[in-house]
Amino acid sequence: MDLNLREIRPYGDTLSDGAMQMSFTLPLPTGPLAKEAALRFVRRLGLAEADVVHMAELGEGFTFFIVYGKTRLFIDATDITVTAVESDVWDRATCDEKIRELFGRKLRIVGACIGEDAHTVGIDAIMNMKGYAGHYGLERFSMIDAFNLGAQVEPETLLARALEKQADAVLVSQVVTQRDAHLQNLTRFVELAEAAGVRDRLVLIAGGPRLDHKLALELGYDAGFGRGTFAEHVASFIITHLARSRGSSGSKG
Amino acid sequence: MSLLGIDQTQVQRLRATADEITRSLAPLLRAHTTVTVERAVLRLLGVDGVDHHQVPLPNVVVNHLREKAGDGAAAAVCAAMLHTGASIGEVAEQVARGELDLHRLAQVPEDEVRALGHELAAEGLARIRANVREREERISRLPVRGQPWKYVIVATGNIHEDVIQARAAVRRGADIIAVIRTTGQSLLDYVPYGPTTEGFGGTYATQANFRIMRAALDEVAEETGHYVRLVNYASGLCMPEIVVMGAFERLDMMLNDSMYGILFRDINPVRTFVDQFFSRMVDAAAGIIINTGEDNYLTTADAVEAAHTVLASDFINESFGLAAGLRSDLLGLGHAFEIDPDLEDSFLLELSQALLLREVFPDSPLKYMPPTKHMSGDVFKGYLMNAMFNLSGIWSHQGIQLLGMLTEAMHTPFLQDRFLALQNADYVMNAARHIQDQVTFRPDSLVVRRAHEVLDKTGRLLEEVRGAGLLEAISAGWFADISRPADGGKGLLGVLKKSGRYFNPCKSVLAVQLGLEKEIDTWI
Ligand code: B12
Repeated sequence: MDLNLREIRPYGDTLSDGAMQMSFTLPLPTGPLAKEAALRFVRRLGLAEADVVHMAELGEGFTFFIVYGKTRLFIDATDITVTAVESDVWDRATCDEKIRELFGRKLRIVGACIGEDAHTVGIDAIMNMKGYAGHYGLERFSMIDAFNLGAQVEPETLLARALEKQADAVLVSQVVTQRDAHLQNLTRFVELAEAAGVRDRLVLIAGGPRLDHKLALELGYDAGFGRGTFAEHVASFIITHLARSRGSSGSKG
Repeated sequence: MSLLGIDQTQVQRLRATADEITRSLAPLLRAHTTVTVERAVLRLLGVDGVDHHQVPLPNVVVNHLREKAGDGAAAAVCAAMLHTGASIGEVAEQVARGELDLHRLAQVPEDEVRALGHELAAEGLARIRANVREREERISRLPVRGQPWKYVIVATGNIHEDVIQARAAVRRGADIIAVIRTTGQSLLDYVPYGPTTEGFGGTYATQANFRIMRAALDEVAEETGHYVRLVNYASGLCMPEIVVMGAFERLDMMLNDSMYGILFRDINPVRTFVDQFFSRMVDAAAGIIINTGEDNYLTTADAVEAAHTVLASDFINESFGLAAGLRSDLLGLGHAFEIDPDLEDSFLLELSQALLLREVFPDSPLKYMPPTKHMSGDVFKGYLMNAMFNLSGIWSHQGIQLLGMLTEAMHTPFLQDRFLALQNADYVMNAARHIQDQVTFRPDSLVVRRAHEVLDKTGRLLEEVRGAGLLEAISAGWFADISRPADGGKGLLGVLKKSGRYFNPCKSVLAVQLGLEKEIDTWI
């Protein structure tokens, strides 16, 4: 069995068979026409041998399909670069030690879930003492002063509080993404920081279940974290980033 | 017959403790009104519409009155009507145009003001009672299916798109349609006006949107032969107003919790407690089933550890609800299936809790929420978790089964998600329809032991809350792990001290309708 990294296809039960399943709805009344439309549609998606294995009426002229098919499309896995957060991840004790060593003082981190978004569980998971899934939050780190402002915080308020606390890093959470609410809020915050001339003084980190590092960079943040993030990921990144930038500018905290 | 061996005298003791807890807030409720209660009164008396800036006229009038709203907005408006001979709508419009100053009215005899207020309130109530009769008539013609009622949500942001999604769900067997509100509406201190097509993760609750969805559901019900219940959300800064609008448009259910706004939206506690009481009197008169939001506690607190806080809060919600005239069958008390699915015997713990709630509130249509917090992008596992939830629901005879969506972790439901959810519920509930009659539990079983443990802990918590006071308990973070001080939160400025002359004509008219004449003055 030769795996050709230049020609990667989905796997059903035989290498490179291209087997896939998918489900979707079409705005067509259930019947032979809808079924044929579904088939032609998935062929255009690249599923050469396709089969509508299930079709159900959803009412109001809509039909649900489950389709199996085999694609001939492939991807060259040798030609992919991934944008991921580049930093080691240290445990809490190590983070504390590094902060003491590198900066000789506590780091100040202010965070909130901004805009109309009322979801606090994510930012709490990162910041609050209790943490998440057995991983303590930033409040538990002895060399970190963490200020969690909670949810539905206006971007202006978050920035003002960050400056007042002389924060080293600001954490912005966004959970509601419908109609791109998160993009607007995240952008607004960066713009405010830039307008106030403080963007470069702060490590800006965005997080939430629909966010990743690449998107965060595009929006002008230093890092982005998605599902399954723990406080130590964030703390490690902040330490690495601060050490790098302050190292290069020659100042220490 | 008790499956769990629950001692009803213990339950009654807890109920009595809850009554003491809620009763201790009565002086606070009696002393205050809020801007939204006053606006709700104006709406009941017939004020509607917006000014040229799109500000709702009830807001215009109450803003204009400022502190004078502490006399009751109805007093000034009725006095102006007597004075000018204008209708209540005209008075509101004259205020909006700046043609009438309610602070500069010549004296009008107080008994005339009161008589007019009561007359208008009676007309408002008559509108609501007509809807109750219409609902009864429709249900007798188009009988609803047996419980658990299958409840699904629509949340496209566009009321016209919502209609398509709702009708499709009804054709596939949904009994209840809830239109989820847009992100952030609960913190608006006014209710938007007219049909809307722009919302984030939900659709604006407006009276026009209520009317559009009501008409669509009535129409499709004629085809399916089953009346469809319509739900919206009242909890928030405009709780009483949204209930009045819902009552006018024959909504059947309302999310109307006594503490949700405090805990999950950081709304001032006093405001919320005052608002919930009046709004629930309107619910009661309108035959609207309320839904409470205890399920949410388990999104911020652990479902195993915090199970008793859910039950304790249900007792408190029940007590407030009964005091405001809601019958037990109008109390959709909330709870949820939110235990970590990786925990061993998690299903047994869920079942235990669901059966316990059923035994503690035998006459209430419990609102059972599906797994949400532990739903992930693994939609296959999620679909299975929803099946377990449906099994627990049919086993414990829940009233309102809020169907889980396999895509819960990603987005508000797609059309097909709702269809799959209904199919899941139909299959499981049909396959296990009579399971409760068939299975008994050993007294030393985990299911029975856990139920007793939760009930005992609930009793202890209620006693602690009674000792500390409800406001203090909330401030100390005893519910949902969230702390909210009584003098903080949003909407505090809208809490007003009632003056000695305070007049709310709807209070007595509603009290008579609800048979609360004797107690009402001890509450509000
Ligand atoms: C709990 C919950 C609620 C609770 C929130 C309670 C609270 N105090 O937070 C309540 C009931 C209040 C709620 C309300 C609403 N919700 Co909600 N909610 C959820 C739910 C079930 C779980 C979210 C959660 O707590 N996850 C657990 C945490 C730990 O995960 P997390 O947030 O992803 O956080 C992790 C990472 O993302 C990351 N992270 C997050 N933030 C940050 C920040 C930084 C800086 C970093 C480094 C990392 C990081 O680290 C965390 C730990 O690993 C999800 C569905 C789901 N299963 O995801 C829906 C969900 C998020 N809600 C949703 C919606 C639409 C709403 C409402 C708008 C509904 C409505 N119309 O009323 C309202 C919101 C009102 C408002 N103003 O925001 C949608 C969002 C859809 C979308 N894509 O936009 C979801 C997906 C449900 C759905 N299918 O519709 N909700």
